[in-house]
Amino acid sequence: MTQILDPSATEFKAPPPPDEPRVGVFRTVLRALMRSRTGFVGFLVLLFIVLVCLIGPFFTPDNVPTDVSKQFAPPSLAHPLGFDNEGRDVLMQVINGGRPVLFVGFMAALISTVIAVVFGALAAYLGGRVDSLIVTVTDIVLTVPGIILLAVLAAFYRVGSSWALAVILGVLGWPGLLRAVRAQVFSLKEREYVEAARLLDLGTTRIVIREILPNMASFILMNFVIGMTNAIYNLAGLYLLGLAPMEGDNWGIMINFAWTRGAIFYQSSFFWIMGPVLAICILQLALVTMSRSFEEILNPRLRHN
Amino acid sequence: MAATDRGHGAPVTAQHESPGERSERPAVLRFAASGTTRYVVGRILKAFFTIYVVATATFFLLRLLPGNPVEVYINQQIAQYGMSYQDAANQAAGLFSFNPDEPLPVQYLNYLAGMARGDFGESLLSPGSSVLSQIGAYLPWTLFSVGTALVVSFLLGIGLGMAMAYRRGSVFDHVMTFFASVTHSVPNFLLAMMIIVFFGVQLELLPIGEMRGSYSPGVTPEFSIAFVTDVLYHASLPMFVYVLTTLGGWMLVMKSSTIETLGEDYVTVARARGLTDRRIQFQYVGRNAMLPLFTSFVLSLGFVVGGSILVEQVTQYQGIGFLLFEAVNRRDYPVLQGILLIVTTSVIVANLAADLLYSRIDPRVRITGNGGRS
Repeated sequence: MTQILDPSATEFKAPPPPDEPRVGVFRTVLRALMRSRTGFVGFLVLLFIVLVCLIGPFFTPDNVPTDVSKQFAPPSLAHPLGFDNEGRDVLMQVINGGRPVLFVGFMAALISTVIAVVFGALAAYLGGRVDSLIVTVTDIVLTVPGIILLAVLAAFYRVGSSWALAVILGVLGWPGLLRAVRAQVFSLKEREYVEAARLLDLGTTRIVIREILPNMASFILMNFVIGMTNAIYNLAGLYLLGLAPMEGDNWGIMINFAWTRGAIFYQSSFFWIMGPVLAICILQLALVTMSRSFEEILNPRLRHN
Repeated sequence: MAATDRGHGAPVTAQHESPGERSERPAVLRFAASGTTRYVVGRILKAFFTIYVVATATFFLLRLLPGNPVEVYINQQIAQYGMSYQDAANQAAGLFSFNPDEPLPVQYLNYLAGMARGDFGESLLSPGSSVLSQIGAYLPWTLFSVGTALVVSFLLGIGLGMAMAYRRGSVFDHVMTFFASVTHSVPNFLLAMMIIVFFGVQLELLPIGEMRGSYSPGVTPEFSIAFVTDVLYHASLPMFVYVLTTLGGWMLVMKSSTIETLGEDYVTVARARGLTDRRIQFQYVGRNAMLPLFTSFVLSLGFVVGGSILVEQVTQYQGIGFLLFEAVNRRDYPVLQGILLIVTTSVIVANLAADLLYSRIDPRVRITGNGGRS
């Protein structure tokens, strides 16, 4: 019955066994992805999107040329997604427009993951006053819905660049991850090997970095990927509202323009709007699938068979 | 809460966090060392404190950071209408409900006092109408549409999730898992767009032009069947989008929660005692598996107000998100400030309710909380 009285005792299910102390993050990732078929498919799709977005722009003009005779022109074999209201090829824009989205999503997730891991681990490991201070701050930041705060902020201060956008999204995205990291470190620090390290007087920093964090690699990765999906959602939302820097090719800007400049009035413009919309949806789907396969590693009971 | 701020992502939260959620409760409780009353009072005080901090942050955000909107407004008035600085400042004082000549601490106290009276100032967009009355005109539509959709998707998700857990590994499970993964990873406003473009523009099945707004222009708001049908007709598209994008999350969390509960000792004991499957399924497994979801359900109620902004913009449904967008576009700062505060307050209240309810329905929290962990 004690188990039922103290749910925290059964909390942490399967930490990767610490028998391979130098398992790199990379190998953990690969192992996680190979184990689940859907996760691997998600990974391949993501890889494809990343490659197209990184390499593709070398084969398309930096400024997709406008052609007045082709305004709202329907798709053809040479231009499979048709043209927009200025007569620019939609497919080229889709290829060019992925890089900033991936960049902002990645950087924002990186920033919030770093904040979350550092302060979450500190809170859980040090406990006491530091813990309650960090928890209070987290609770407060958590109560403000991100997209609304972003909208209000963006109305006050024009966001100038992708970098600024990534920083803002990252700085607002950490509370959820922090709580999760804190809870994990709480249960990990009770483990024998951490206790052993403490008895050996190895020092807090060392214990956290060398003993605790490596055992959370897939957990952190899972949350990193979730952070990326959140950042991309908010990013697309800000572009839809017209609150992000509206220059260059970018899926978010494409959606905004297609939506507000007539794509919904012409049946031939179907792919002008669906191109970027589907691109973002597929990217999100790939990321979510990957995060789920990381989760299955952490929680083996979810696995099929 | 990894995803709660996405509006439609609330369930995702619980799913990824459920391992941490329960072990964390006792820590939250630690400062209320003993007794439920102290816990309740502590939580209520904390909620007020949070509201206060957010209000303060909003105040300083609006006034202290570079390019503050009050200065911008004053300069605009001077440039546009050739007002004297004093006149413009007076006007700004009325609109932002503060006097720029007063020292900052006094301004701050006035602002807090105004807030306590429910006075958020007046809208810039439509002078003469208070922020509160504007919010009052738009907020009910959001509460209605998102609230209903949330209840529907929660109930559906619970049922489907349980069914998935019991038929683990079957075709049904695989199909539903796929369905859930796809629907909950698609951003809700993009789904709304796809529906409009595909069913409205391409197939011309949905009269999207007619469905805009929260009710038809000719209809008078009254409690009649005609009006209610009209309201449901207009709300159907956003509500469908909310249900579809949140359903998957509930399903997946309920599935994993049920599977976890099935492994508990008391379920085995119940089986050994020869209780009927039906009774075990609902009274033993179902009720316990729902616990972690219940918290995130109450929490997501708080995000009802905020989570809808993008969908309402796309479907042109006139709720609080619509108002927010208008306010953002025309830089209607008092309204923005009011919405931010209202939305945050609703999240805080829902958080409070979730914590209090949770300690009621799950006695384990109280026991471990009072026992004092480490």
